[in-house]
Amino acid sequence: MKPRHRRFMWIGAGVLVLAAAVGLVLNAFQSNLVFFFSPTDVVENRAPQGRAFRIGGLVEEKSVARASDGLTVRFNVTDTAKTIPVVYTGILPDLFKEGKGVVAQGKIGPDGVFRATEVLAKHDENYMPPEAAAAVDQAHTRAAMDKATKTVKQ
Amino acid sequence: MIPELGNFALILALLLAALLGTLPLVGAQRGIAAWMALARPLAVGQFLFIAFAFGCLVWSFIANDFSVVNVATNSNSQLPLEYRIAASWGSHEGSMLLWVFMLGGWTMAVALKSRHLPDEMVARVLGVMGLVTIGFLLFMLLTSNPFDRLFPPAADGRDLNPLLQDPGMVFHPPLLYMGYVGFSVAFAFAIAALIGGRLDATWARWSRPWTTLAWSFLTGGIMLGSWWAYYELGWGGWWFWDPVENASFMPWLIGTALIHSLAVTEKRGTFKAWTVLLAISAFSLSLLGTFLVRSGVLTSVHAFATDPRRGVFILAFLALVIGGSLMLFAARAPKVGGGGRFEAVSRETFLLANNVLLIAAAGSVLLGTLYPLFLDTLNLGKISVGPPYFDTVFVPLMTPLVFLMGVGPLARWKEAKLPDLWQRLKWALAVSLVTALLLPLAAGSWKPMVSFGLLLAAWIVTTTVVNIRERGRGVRGGIFAQLARQPRSYWGMIVAHLGIAVFIVGVTMVKGYETERDVRMDVGDKVTVGAYTLRFDGTTEIRGPNYRAARGAFEVSRDGQHVTTQFPEKRVYNAGGMPMTEAAIRSTPLGDLYVSLGEPVDGGAWSVRVYHKPFITWIWGGCLLMALGGLLALSDRRYRVVTQREAGAPGGATARS
Repeated sequence: MKPRHRRFMWIGAGVLVLAAAVGLVLNAFQSNLVFFFSPTDVVENRAPQGRAFRIGGLVEEKSVARASDGLTVRFNVTDTAKTIPVVYTGILPDLFKEGKGVVAQGKIGPDGVFRATEVLAKHDENYMPPEAAAAVDQAHTRAAMDKATKTVKQ
Repeated sequence: MIPELGNFALILALLLAALLGTLPLVGAQRGIAAWMALARPLAVGQFLFIAFAFGCLVWSFIANDFSVVNVATNSNSQLPLEYRIAASWGSHEGSMLLWVFMLGGWTMAVALKSRHLPDEMVARVLGVMGLVTIGFLLFMLLTSNPFDRLFPPAADGRDLNPLLQDPGMVFHPPLLYMGYVGFSVAFAFAIAALIGGRLDATWARWSRPWTTLAWSFLTGGIMLGSWWAYYELGWGGWWFWDPVENASFMPWLIGTALIHSLAVTEKRGTFKAWTVLLAISAFSLSLLGTFLVRSGVLTSVHAFATDPRRGVFILAFLALVIGGSLMLFAARAPKVGGGGRFEAVSRETFLLANNVLLIAAAGSVLLGTLYPLFLDTLNLGKISVGPPYFDTVFVPLMTPLVFLMGVGPLARWKEAKLPDLWQRLKWALAVSLVTALLLPLAAGSWKPMVSFGLLLAAWIVTTTVVNIRERGRGVRGGIFAQLARQPRSYWGMIVAHLGIAVFIVGVTMVKGYETERDVRMDVGDKVTVGAYTLRFDGTTEIRGPNYRAARGAFEVSRDGQHVTTQFPEKRVYNAGGMPMTEAAIRSTPLGDLYVSLGEPVDGGAWSVRVYHKPFITWIWGGCLLMALGGLLALSDRRYRVVTQREAGAPGGATARS
């Protein structure tokens, strides 16, 4: 084999390895993206069945109930327009409170209950998870638009 | 009065930085010796004013001057002294001042420790650092002044976020910033070399100790951050692939590639353009990290009040630095020329592959960090990229890297022979395989991933042993006499590589054998994790300096024998009423027992997290070894002795191997 051929072989091998790495990264990326949906999206069936996603909004007032095992918690997440029941087993973050923002990751069950595997911690009392804030904002805009169209119809 | 003095000092520092960023650079270009000679005194003066300003801020915090906005929002009269001092860098404004303080410090260090460098080089390096300092000082004075006043003054402060009230806060940010900012030196050396057209082995030898020092600090800073998150956030994780962590991890990966590439440039004179590109990238990623963390694009414990002006300023600065340096690179790099040739199988090739893998890793982290931001900015929906992505990507990328780590240091420069490497390494491979297969059995249960992780660690250890043995073979004296002659940079590499092995053992054992249990416990209930049994003895009310807490007592026993009692706390801070979980951790070299209180349930019962994390301290121990390895390497004689020799005969030195 001539040196020139050998060099081509090495470059070829390098390109192959690089392509494999890129393929690996993109594939892993594709299958691990977690999408975000607001409670309104979920009620309107825009969220996927059988795939994990995130929902966010406010913890509805007086909705938090603890099961007798002391670890399973039920609460409602609302964007002020629609509400989704959530069930989570485990210890909630310190700043989980009724009326405050929350983000939960998990899957929606056939009964319409969101089974959370993770409830995200906030780091600061005044901090609102951006997803939760966005969900509430969206609901507000939509409500305002609905009102506007109704007024027009009358 | 004191805050105004601080502000004034910052303005004076900006003026000096403006001089430093122009005169020496012009002087070096035109050959005006007097202008070049200004670089050192300007660097020192600039640092003194920044240090004075920093002192003023710390003083304002210590003296509880609540007429300063920064103090009023981040401190409180009940806050203990050490945290009042640490609160100086607990806010956005304060942390920027810390950043500039570090930058000034590095600049001065270069000014003082560069007696042996040619005047032109010193003038250019300090000039470039001056330009960077201008950017940051302007940013502070225009958008985030730490000395802004509040009128009327607040009666008391809003307190430092309780999560930050921890010894970690005293050490983690300064150490991390030392690393981040330290890459500015490597960057300045690279830019200076591009401007001056002097890019050779000597240049690499000057730049190398600074880069290694910055890298060691960054390693230590990331380690402390990880350890802090582990015991402070209350749920026992040590790395979350949080965008802010990624922001510090990307410069680390590129910095690691840079250290190795610099080694090739110094020893063999090759990879020159590549090394310069890495130096530019490492610092650019440090800046990108600052942008991500400080602009409010990300919301996390590290992000502060959002102010769009800040984001725009940093983004513009980022574009200027990255764009400018890449343009300079494009213009000058083709003239740099190649170095010595090398064969397809050689130490150069192995180090090149190491670089490619590290960059691929940094690229995958960049993708996972920026893509969600990108979509969000374009209003294409909100997504998040979770830890599974990074886990999936990192194992296949790091595996060949670790394999190369074993082979590379044993391969010859220029041309190595595969059969020869096989002869020297077959025993290392055999011993690693056997260890990896048998060791998990000793731990109780055999798991493929554990075995695989241990194989990687064992491979590093055994190849290191082979390496040391071969080095010890010498003509003169015994093995120890021969080893004693090895340079410190060699031992630095050995220690850092062993650090990786220790780190891998930690990660493998934690992932493989950890037990995590979230349970509800009544007083007197027992729970078993690992070999330990814990009994909950109820909680008592206690009072701290600025909080109240429920303190739980857990009696720990092993095989019926009392071991210790752990006291986790659930705190509520007086100012702000923020609740905080304070975990109780019993650390041994073989594993941690981690207990934290969840919430009171009813009738004195609590929800409780009880974790057993085998070998978790090895993770940070490994990082510590890496950082120590770096420090050991840069204490090598050659960076002092040889460079002094060069001072006598400038330009005459070539690469030593």
